[in-house]
Amino acid sequence: MNKPWMVLLQKLKPSKEANPGRLPLIQDPGDRVFSVIIGSASAFVIVLLSAFVLLLFYDALESIERFGFSFFTGSDWNPVETELNPIRFGALPFIFGTIVTSVGALILATPLAIGSALFIVEYAPLWLGKIVSFIIELLVAIPSVAYGIWGLFVLVPFMRSTVEPALQTILEPIPILGALVEGPPIGQDLLTGSVILAIMILPTILSVSREILKNVPRLQKEGMLALGATKWEVLTGAVLPYARGGIVGGAMLGLARAIGETMAVTMVIGNSTTKISPSLLTPGYTIASAIANQFTEADSSIYFSAIVELGLLLLVVASAFNILAHFLTQYILKGGDARHA
Amino acid sequence: MRDAELARLKSRKLSAAFFYGLIIIATVLSVSILFIIISHIFVNGFSALNWDFFTQIPKPYGEEGGGIAPAIVGTLIMLLVAALIAIPIGVATAIFIVEYGATKLAAAVRFAVELLAELPSIVVGIFIWALVVRNLTGYSGLAGSLALAVIMIPIIARSVEEILKLVPDSLREAALALGTPRWKVVLFIVIPTVLPGLLTSIMLSVARAAGETAPLLLTSLGNSFFNFDLRRPMAAMPLQIYSYAISPYDDWHTKAWGATLLLIALVGIMSGGVKYFTRRWNHESH
Repeated sequence: MNKPWMVLLQKLKPSKEANPGRLPLIQDPGDRVFSVIIGSASAFVIVLLSAFVLLLFYDALESIERFGFSFFTGSDWNPVETELNPIRFGALPFIFGTIVTSVGALILATPLAIGSALFIVEYAPLWLGKIVSFIIELLVAIPSVAYGIWGLFVLVPFMRSTVEPALQTILEPIPILGALVEGPPIGQDLLTGSVILAIMILPTILSVSREILKNVPRLQKEGMLALGATKWEVLTGAVLPYARGGIVGGAMLGLARAIGETMAVTMVIGNSTTKISPSLLTPGYTIASAIANQFTEADSSIYFSAIVELGLLLLVVASAFNILAHFLTQYILKGGDARHA
Repeated sequence: MRDAELARLKSRKLSAAFFYGLIIIATVLSVSILFIIISHIFVNGFSALNWDFFTQIPKPYGEEGGGIAPAIVGTLIMLLVAALIAIPIGVATAIFIVEYGATKLAAAVRFAVELLAELPSIVVGIFIWALVVRNLTGYSGLAGSLALAVIMIPIIARSVEEILKLVPDSLREAALALGTPRWKVVLFIVIPTVLPGLLTSIMLSVARAAGETAPLLLTSLGNSFFNFDLRRPMAAMPLQIYSYAISPYDDWHTKAWGATLLLIALVGIMSGGVKYFTRRWNHESH
């Protein structure tokens, strides 16, 4: 009985309240159901993120209340009560290790990433650039634990036998830099941690820098070339100043990754001392490696709470850097109207 | 005068060539890292691979042989369960962001996805430990699956969002103009056009989760026997690699390399194979 056109006619029949010139909306009950399902799944993501922060904060509360700010400034990490040392948790050595390895990684990775990005965008023919960026970006796909095992059995011995002694002979005579390489080369130390992190964040910085460099307005480059500038002068005069903010954003993103990276660092950094020294050749901890190493050992509630506070710190810092990086790169990419000029 | 200018030009050209050289060196170095790492994994891992490696449970130290079969099984089970949880939520989130994207809520969801995607994975481990392991199950395969799901959700949501954005609005508008309800437009018009891309992003997220170690350390713990029960600790390949690698025994080191090779192969097949498959599919449907 119900022929399609009749249904249509019914749906299109103007209701009495409606504005006569306007057709009523076609209401489908499925729409309501669908939007509720989709909406609740999305709301779940927000709930999940809030639950992260709240639960970690709740579990860290005991440690936060007991140690307050001294958690970040103290350098004693005594989970076990002895006569000489009361239980105390100061995360400064872990924070120090995290900062040293992440900044070290950034210093090592950024020039490589920018160099490769310049090669891909400015020098290489299209096909070669594609291959190069594909290969470097494959580094992202390698699992962290694979970097860890490679670091442990290949990089650590290599650093111990070759790189670190060489650095010592070069840097030792120089007054301040000499302190960076003091002590016996062990291999499992902050420097090796930086190197492995540098490899892991290289593709991140590279892909952001590449996108930013691609967005540099052509006219600027052509203008400089027309004035007789060399390729390098074009890069330093027109390309890099334009891309600076975006590259800094990419570096931030790399930094956020480096701060949160756990397994690879845990396997090469030594995890044996909490002493803060200027030498990069001392074994240390990062915040993440301390969590991975000590989480299952936490036998008292205050110990557990202190470790969760480390996790909370990691979460806050990584998110902050991400937000910063996000704004920096978005600002550059969206401000690219000049691209069409 | 002319000589001075020529000399200056020469030095400018020299410095351009010099920095070009530096850029080449940086590129060669960056590219070679991958080959160095992969070749080490291949050379060291290949000798560990034999029939027992894939089928036997780990032997206690001192006995020759044994394999990592429980870890392979555990990884596959946990990935499957994690994918079953993460796919609907991730895809629905992406649909919400793209198809219902004009609202403030959608912007908030997008922001939350961004932040979740970049969370350090060890923090995910702590979270699932506090939420699931502590009160509900103890160290268990289920907790491990949930941790992996939390890692997969934002990855799926982000990449599916990018894919959905590629669907031209004219397609949606044409369908809506014919009176098609919105949910039908999404499910039967938008999604089918991007199905290959959708599968690719799901597989990529699975590949990424396959290598995660830190969260599993705090949730599924590891197990040296076969375990198909999600309520009990479960072995996983990354965990096996970690515990073997930091052990002092040479035989276990070899097995760790073998497991790494297997893991890399698994990740590679999942990310590469699906791309190949979807490309062919795209090709045939045109």
